[in-house]
Amino acid sequence: MIELLQHLGKNTRTGFTKIGRGTFFLLQTTSGILSVLPRPRLLLNQMYSVGVLSFLIITISGLFVGMVLGLQGYYILSDFGAEETLGVMVAASLVRELGPVVTALLFAGRAGSALTAEIGLMKATEQLSGMEMMAVDPIKRIISPRFLAGFLSMPLLAALFSAVGIIGGQMVGSGLLGVDEGAYWSQMQANIDFQDDIVNGVIKSLVFGFITSWIALFEGYDAIPTSEGVSRATTRTVVNSAFSILGLDFILTALMFGDD
Amino acid sequence: MQHTNTQDTFVGLFVAAGIVGLFFLALQVSNLSSFTAHDTYTVTARFENSGGLKVKSPVSSAGVKIGQVSAISFDPKTYESVVKLSIDKQYNTLPDDTTASVFTAGLLGEQYVNLDAGGSEEYLKDGGKIDVTNSAIILEKALGQFLFKSAEEKK
Repeated sequence: MIELLQHLGKNTRTGFTKIGRGTFFLLQTTSGILSVLPRPRLLLNQMYSVGVLSFLIITISGLFVGMVLGLQGYYILSDFGAEETLGVMVAASLVRELGPVVTALLFAGRAGSALTAEIGLMKATEQLSGMEMMAVDPIKRIISPRFLAGFLSMPLLAALFSAVGIIGGQMVGSGLLGVDEGAYWSQMQANIDFQDDIVNGVIKSLVFGFITSWIALFEGYDAIPTSEGVSRATTRTVVNSAFSILGLDFILTALMFGDD
Repeated sequence: MQHTNTQDTFVGLFVAAGIVGLFFLALQVSNLSSFTAHDTYTVTARFENSGGLKVKSPVSSAGVKIGQVSAISFDPKTYESVVKLSIDKQYNTLPDDTTASVFTAGLLGEQYVNLDAGGSEEYLKDGGKIDVTNSAIILEKALGQFLFKSAEEKK
């Protein structure tokens, strides 16, 4: 009984210290962003590995998600004779939810895990300590550019995901199933609001980009510097990112779309 | 430096594609482009009951969208619904005895304001009023009247 309590107490304590370290790490990272700006080369390299290399998986998934939405939506809507609203359904679900959320989940799997492994390995091979020895701040030189790149890439990737998905839905809907193309677009334009839907979707993807980059970099920076420690940190990145994305998505949806 | 140059190109392409995606969402998918670009003028119509009409509901005439509802408020003195209609400037030749009615698009579709042009020589101006209005048909009310009537006939 005492042991159980001890165990619980220890877990709580380590949990809180981890949150504390994470917050401190975030503060250091964000304050290091200013010193990235005079060196855009660092940011560009990271935009390449975080954004450009995720481009293909995001667009292809977006296309297929949109096509599936087109098919499923058509089958359900045709029961009510409301096939013309297919465009609204596809666009609303992509722009509001699936775009930001699925992009963030893929982003955590594709880019987040790579970031954690990279940083963790740098720590394990004492490259970070080496930098400190040379009076180079590893946070400013390594972490902040990656954080900024992740934060900036996410909204772009999410927008691409939604755009490609809507085109995919149109391809299936009006190309394959015979929904009128004009109705698909005009119903969409009449019912999707710029402020309520598009801007809120972009805000969501910014929040997810922030949280995924933070988790990925912190787990790497905080990893036990062994090969097992790095592999565990990579797993934790994907699991924790998925939890926080889905949990935050619920909270953000409740805040954004609650009043209408 | 060949390697960094190609990397730059790809990053540039990626950012450009992302921005194109955002613009696509803003202009092609949402209603941002539909009425902000045009100049509009506002006329007021008073309805006994404006039903499920909402701000941004379409205003159409002869089936063509010519504007949208910009505000709906309740007048506590006359117990009427005051609906402000923003109409595209290019349609400034509506007669001032135009009739405004609240219709429903399809059986369960959204409600819109329909304008039937009258025969007057004078045109509606900015800030003008539409005097002849027909209220929305409330389905429950109509059903209630129908049931009441058929019950009376049975007696």
